Amino acid sequence: MTLALAFLALLMGGVGLWLLRQSLFVQPWVAESGGRPPPYPVPRRFTAPRVGLVAFMAVVTSLFALTISAYLMRMAEAPQWELLPQPSLLWGNTGILLVGSLALQYAWEGARSTRRARLQGGLAVGSLCSLAFLVGQYLVWRELVALGYYLDTHPASAFFVIMSGLHAVHLIGGLGAVALCLWRLAHGTSLAHLAEGVGLCTLYWHFLYVVWLVLFGVLFVGAGPLYALCR
Amino acid sequence: MGEREYDASYQAPPAEVGEMELVHPRTFIGKYIWSQDAKVIAVQYMLTATAIGLVALVLSLVMRLQLGFPNTFSLIDPAEYLQSVSMHGMIMVVYLLTAFFLGGFGNYLIPLMCGARDMVFPYLNMLSYWFYLASVLILAAGFFVPGGASGAGWTLYPPQAISEGTPGVDGGIITMLVSLIVFIAGFTMGGLNYVATVLQARTRGMTLMRLPLTVWGIFMATVLALLAFPALFVACLMLLFDRLLGTSFFLPEMLGMTQEMAREGGSPILFQHLFWFFGHPEVYIVALPAFGIVSDLIATHARKNIFGYRMMVWALIMIGVLSFVVWAHHMFVSGMNPYFGFLFATTTLIIAVPTAIKVYNWVLTLWRGNIHFTLPMLFAIGFLFTFLNGGLSGLFLGNVTVDVPLSDTYFVVGHFHMVMAVAPILVVFGAIYHWYPKITGRMLDETLGKIHFWVTFLGTYLIYYPMHFIGLEGVPRRYYAYGETTFISESVQTLNAVITVAALVVAAAQLLFLFNLVWSYYRGREAGPNPWHATTLEWQTADTPPPHGNFGKELPVVYRWPYDYSVPGVKQDFIPQNVPPQAVEREP
Repeated sequence: MTLALAFLALLMGGVGLWLLRQSLFVQPWVAESGGRPPPYPVPRRFTAPRVGLVAFMAVVTSLFALTISAYLMRMAEAPQWELLPQPSLLWGNTGILLVGSLALQYAWEGARSTRRARLQGGLAVGSLCSLAFLVGQYLVWRELVALGYYLDTHPASAFFVIMSGLHAVHLIGGLGAVALCLWRLAHGTSLAHLAEGVGLCTLYWHFLYVVWLVLFGVLFVGAGPLYALCR
Repeated sequence: MGEREYDASYQAPPAEVGEMELVHPRTFIGKYIWSQDAKVIAVQYMLTATAIGLVALVLSLVMRLQLGFPNTFSLIDPAEYLQSVSMHGMIMVVYLLTAFFLGGFGNYLIPLMCGARDMVFPYLNMLSYWFYLASVLILAAGFFVPGGASGAGWTLYPPQAISEGTPGVDGGIITMLVSLIVFIAGFTMGGLNYVATVLQARTRGMTLMRLPLTVWGIFMATVLALLAFPALFVACLMLLFDRLLGTSFFLPEMLGMTQEMAREGGSPILFQHLFWFFGHPEVYIVALPAFGIVSDLIATHARKNIFGYRMMVWALIMIGVLSFVVWAHHMFVSGMNPYFGFLFATTTLIIAVPTAIKVYNWVLTLWRGNIHFTLPMLFAIGFLFTFLNGGLSGLFLGNVTVDVPLSDTYFVVGHFHMVMAVAPILVVFGAIYHWYPKITGRMLDETLGKIHFWVTFLGTYLIYYPMHFIGLEGVPRRYYAYGETTFISESVQTLNAVITVAALVVAAAQLLFLFNLVWSYYRGREAGPNPWHATTLEWQTADTPPPHGNFGKELPVVYRWPYDYSVPGVKQDFIPQNVPPQAVEREP
């Protein structure tokens, strides 16, 4: 739980500082003076979708931080624990998700510089790479099963399925958003209108990529040292 | 309160922000069923929560009849008793209180009080309700699956929850876990809406420090819920895996040996950590909106500005933050390191500081206020007493050495019902009496309301106060019958009978309340736009009930905080938030 707490402390610290700035030296009981219009309380760059996505990413981070905490605690308390082998396909998956993330970045640049072909191409490549990643994850799971790492005999394998499954569900949700962007693009929505949505998709993809890197780290690459640390 | 110098000729332009495209359906189904209007969604939430809450109320009565008159009624067998305990607890905490405060009041009040047209993601908001309804139906389906609902207690502790012999292990536990997962997914959609609307869609002039405390309470509770529900989500998902796929996240080896498949030594304590990492903030997910609402009820009906507004806001934030570091006080008897227990006892007791600040501030707001004993005020004062009493027994349970012998006795049942069942539900009632005129345009009947208040308030004390004494005798909770148990004196049985009779009377009073809701909808006195002479924006709408889009052509502009009551030198005893300084009528 230490991990989850550290994440929360960080988050709460940030929010607390921001709130402090909003409330320190403010005298709420003093009414607005009529000499100037009441201020617009929210900076214009804080659009609703942006605020919503940032909040959503905090929730998803909390979800994964807690799952990883559970994984570490389960690892620490297990009478025996067998580390998972590292199928080489995992590196391929990691690479292809990176390409997907970069493709979306490319698409976003396209939307901002009003280059329709770039935007279309970027979105298409991004979603195809993400689909390939999902298929790749499924193949990794099959490979683990073939090697004898079943859900009911290897808790590490069960954690892999839960974590990669949760990650996949979030990626599939993101693909829905990308599909919506593509649909709007096909139906003639202006690029200026699309730019924000594509930008948010890009941010979300980068975020999911980082989440995957962390999961890859705790489940496979860094599992050995973590296990030693937990024991 | 005070005002700076102002230029009387100045006219502020109307708010330009928050204008959004709203879906205005014309059909009945579009307007009231697949509605994207936060106010309709709020009412949908409230009605659904009430419906499932009534089921939980009936379950509690069935249990009380068994406990009060063990050999007279044989409505349920021991397994059904455990199923009733579990479903009653889960429904009341999650599906009634959480849904009512956040889905109900959150949806109704956030956009109106912030001066927004609607939630910022109306479609997602609609989806949130339908997920909630689906989760309620899945949960209720648990009653009808083979083996019935889960009888594992609302805490669902493994290994018992998923082991042979526990009632509902075949299907009930599965419906319960799936229902919770769906609920959390739905809540996340709603919660993102509440947070984003408060942060982003406030009207011109509505700074954070001019938000009514109701919005602050709901906002902080939503933040807690968004961060804490994932713990329950993960716990439910893993328990579902253990139950269906034979994994061993929580099921320990010793148990696995006796079952079909030997498991590899899961950790039941891990579940407890995850559960209570959600479970304790859940107390505040229910309490913080109640704190916020009660602050507004007290200020409005005592015609006085809230004492220490900034302190109130910061106390809410501090309680929210601290609620994340106290969860293990629910696990003092789980065999944890004593130093750990000491740490969690300390953090638990520290929470009393911001909570006490709030209680003092409520009392100081009442002090020399122009108190109107309206129904909302009665319920608010009832809440103050009940929350204080419940909180005081919490001081006992927060200390490890006292908690260990009292753990799993009726003392705990009495404590948590006082602090997180009765106290918040009194606020729910107070809030309904307060905002019903805005929701329907009519006042609730006062006489029926007073009977409802006094029977509920005094009745709940008759129910839960004796439980503390029963608990001190060491009577354990979750028992179907006590039989010939030597350490339990005969008077306990008498008290149990008294409690049961009180519970039946209190339940009957709730039927009276439901009758009042329906009767007043058709026959109640016309309320007018602002019957309580309140300052917040929801009372300043052009139409009552407010139409989809809330405000007329232009959004209101906010000039002041929501607590300008009894301002010296001003003709009326309240100044609405959207009244500019030059429009305030002053005494000559």
